[in-house]
Amino acid sequence: MLDSAAGSRRLGRPTRAGLVTLAGLVLLALLPPAMLALDQPFYISLGTRVVIYAIAAVSLDLILGYGGLVSFGHGAFVGAGAYVVGILFVHAQDGSPVLSWPVAIAGSEAALVAWPAAVVVSALLALAIGAICLRTRGVAFIMITLAFAQMLFFLFVSLPRYGGEDGISLWWRNTLPGVDLGDDVWFYYLCLALLVGFTLLCRRLVGSRFGRVLRAAKENERRLRALGVAPYPYQLTAFVIAGAGAGLAGALLANQTGFVSPSPLHWTSSGEIMVMVILGGLGTLVGPILGAAALLVLEETLSTYTSHWGLVLGPILILVVLTAKRGLYGWLAGRDRGDG
Amino acid sequence: MAGLRVEIEAMADPLLQAQGLVKRFGALTASDRLSLGVEVGELHALIGPNGAGKTTAIAQLAGELNPDQGAIRFAGQDVTNLPIERRCRLGLTRSYQITSLFRGFTALENVALAVQARAGHSFRFWRPAGRDRRLIEPAEALLDRLGLGGRAGIRAADLAHGEQRQLEIAMALATGPRLLLLDEPMAGMGPEESRAMVALLSRLKGEVSILLVEHDMDAVFALADRVTVLVYGRAIATGTPAAIRADPNVRAAYLGEEGA
Amino acid sequence: MPTLLVLEQILNGLQLGFTLFLMAAGLTLVFGIMGLINLAHGSLYMIGAFVAASVTGATGSFLLGLLAAVPAAALVGVAIEMIALRRLYDRDHLDQVLATFGLILFLNELASILWGARPLFMDVPSWLAGTVEILPGVPYPAYRLAMILVGALVAVLLYLLIAHTRLGMLIRAGATNRAMVGALGINVARLYTLVFALGAGLAALAGVMAGPILSVQVGMGEQILILTFVVVVIGGLGSIKGALVGALLVGLVDTLGRVFLPVLLRIVLPPANADSVGASLASMAIYILMAVVLAWRPNGLFGRAHA
Repeated sequence: MLDSAAGSRRLGRPTRAGLVTLAGLVLLALLPPAMLALDQPFYISLGTRVVIYAIAAVSLDLILGYGGLVSFGHGAFVGAGAYVVGILFVHAQDGSPVLSWPVAIAGSEAALVAWPAAVVVSALLALAIGAICLRTRGVAFIMITLAFAQMLFFLFVSLPRYGGEDGISLWWRNTLPGVDLGDDVWFYYLCLALLVGFTLLCRRLVGSRFGRVLRAAKENERRLRALGVAPYPYQLTAFVIAGAGAGLAGALLANQTGFVSPSPLHWTSSGEIMVMVILGGLGTLVGPILGAAALLVLEETLSTYTSHWGLVLGPILILVVLTAKRGLYGWLAGRDRGDG
Repeated sequence: MAGLRVEIEAMADPLLQAQGLVKRFGALTASDRLSLGVEVGELHALIGPNGAGKTTAIAQLAGELNPDQGAIRFAGQDVTNLPIERRCRLGLTRSYQITSLFRGFTALENVALAVQARAGHSFRFWRPAGRDRRLIEPAEALLDRLGLGGRAGIRAADLAHGEQRQLEIAMALATGPRLLLLDEPMAGMGPEESRAMVALLSRLKGEVSILLVEHDMDAVFALADRVTVLVYGRAIATGTPAAIRADPNVRAAYLGEEGA
Repeated sequence: MPTLLVLEQILNGLQLGFTLFLMAAGLTLVFGIMGLINLAHGSLYMIGAFVAASVTGATGSFLLGLLAAVPAAALVGVAIEMIALRRLYDRDHLDQVLATFGLILFLNELASILWGARPLFMDVPSWLAGTVEILPGVPYPAYRLAMILVGALVAVLLYLLIAHTRLGMLIRAGATNRAMVGALGINVARLYTLVFALGAGLAALAGVMAGPILSVQVGMGEQILILTFVVVVIGGLGSIKGALVGALLVGLVDTLGRVFLPVLLRIVLPPANADSVGASLASMAIYILMAVVLAWRPNGLFGRAHA
């Protein structure tokens, strides 16, 4: 599928899927000026949340949609990324070291320190969790990823140094030379750029030899083994890359909300990221972005009418699962899906 | 003709040697002290009535099942405890009785994946695999050879049954095997497709060693250099097709039943 | 004195363990027979607790609360099985997870509309309010002891049901080979509904019993659900025996870890550090246990390989 899509792209024929992607990109790019013109700056911050969750959703789709690994603990890596930013911030404020042994680590407010640190820590965490979880398959994999995320949730709740259940307040955003991250429009565009970059990276990944093995393991693991390839190292690598992407999303989320708490680690957050992927279109890269937008806008809209939005969202979710499997992107782009 | 060559090569170590394999599932003994050798260049057929343990034997030789007892040597190396992916990389590759493809992949992608598997590790993250000549060219050549040249862009799930069986063989060949374990390659095929498969296997003969499990006796006796007969998990006879046809034990246990 | 403390904590661990067993038994039965992973299993526990709290509050009788809650949750279970879940038996796990996740959102919201967002409290019934001397000079709350006994009793009854009745025979057959049960000429849909109701009833029983020692609130179901997952992963999916062993292990490790890890750490760390590190480690103990078991046996202690 992927190869034929790549072929048609080279011919330069604009596909319906390509048009959907382009339209989405233009919409996202024009959001801040449009909202400023309409004097609705709130929607810029909603847009930022959409873009950040889209990064998390795309990263989950890498393992869920392409790898067939139903990870129900993706929130763990978002939360870990957020906590790295938060913890570095706390220590930068009171001047105490994060660690003094075995290596000395000082706090920091610099985005160029905190964000890469968030990505690396989340990736390492994904390496540890993935190494254990990938020994199991099917339902056990779902349960154990969920359980590990919940373990981290309780771990952070039990850490009074970092606010326990209440979390950490970031008094201001991280600093980045030459860019005012405190400005919502600047911050929005930075997040958008990171989303586009990450999505393009994932597109290379899924089309590469690595991606082909990952998709093959999803299709037929037994056959892949019989061809001489053990899927475990590839699945683990994908799990780590997905964790790193989620960690980036977490770092951005901490900056966006000015607040780090255990709630992204909570299993319902993992569930929501998964819902975004399914709602938008499993196994496509544009789909999860659409899904993130749809879910967050839906929540926002429903919550203006009722505080009990779960009463509506729950049945919608069940109906989507039972009836419309291809997701929003499949529906918009038709059969001619651009990114495999 | 073929018989002479086998006799000469029988002097050397066999390519594959299974010794005293025992595999039990609860009370059922699926392999009962099964010993079996496949010589270099040989097409060796494994036959037996339903439930004789042929598929279990293949699974143990390929590395998907661990025998409870016994040892397996391949190309001079003890492979008894190697998992299937390691055995495949040594050149011991199986195909499946129930077609086992990557159904969402095109025919070309299926074979290209097998080519890729042979080409070493797949930790290559950047170049599009779908445009990689080093994968596509060998894959296309194999598809052409198996008569699937015109079907490269079709999803495996959308191929006709016979074409899927051919694709299955193409993938096994793409791994560069020294010994192919073919589990009923003609299962579910019509007479026309079966004839094409027999022709293909006779072309492959000599190029790669083959252990063939097959129900179609005409095909077996036409193709095989040697035949092993399996009954209740035990090898009751091994020999040339002519010797097997003449063996009274085999006639009693198996061929008589087939003729009835 | 420490030995008495240990004994008391072991009993607390057993009490948590048997509560988890009631949950895990239903979850693992439903998975073993219908191949369904039901995230909403915790919601049935919550419904049981809420119904019991309301009825007990209105009538003053814990027994009436129990007698109302178990059938009520079983009925809710039957309803969601017939409306939604039976359409999911043949779907992949991802679909099941998402749909039952939607079900949780719905049921939690419904519960918060019916019973409010604030926690309800249930009293221990007066006839179980005191303590029992389990050893001379060692008192233990009678209610908690009763929870252990009920849990053990249910475990025995479940064993008898599965080992010695026709329904049990079908359950065993269904867990090994689903197609076979259909071939026996059994009304499979009815069998599935029945098994689901049984699981729902057990979850509700767990919820009712936990009511007086926890606060009854929205979200309580998910907390125990995750622990239940840990239990069935450790015990092996689809295995009732695994559910029992896993539940008791998790109950004991969690309870003893919370009490004794800080104490043990004080040997090597300053007290303040020992308490905070101990608390963090204790909250992770059962997950570490799970990781160790899986590293050793990827299918759990009593599990078979499932695709």
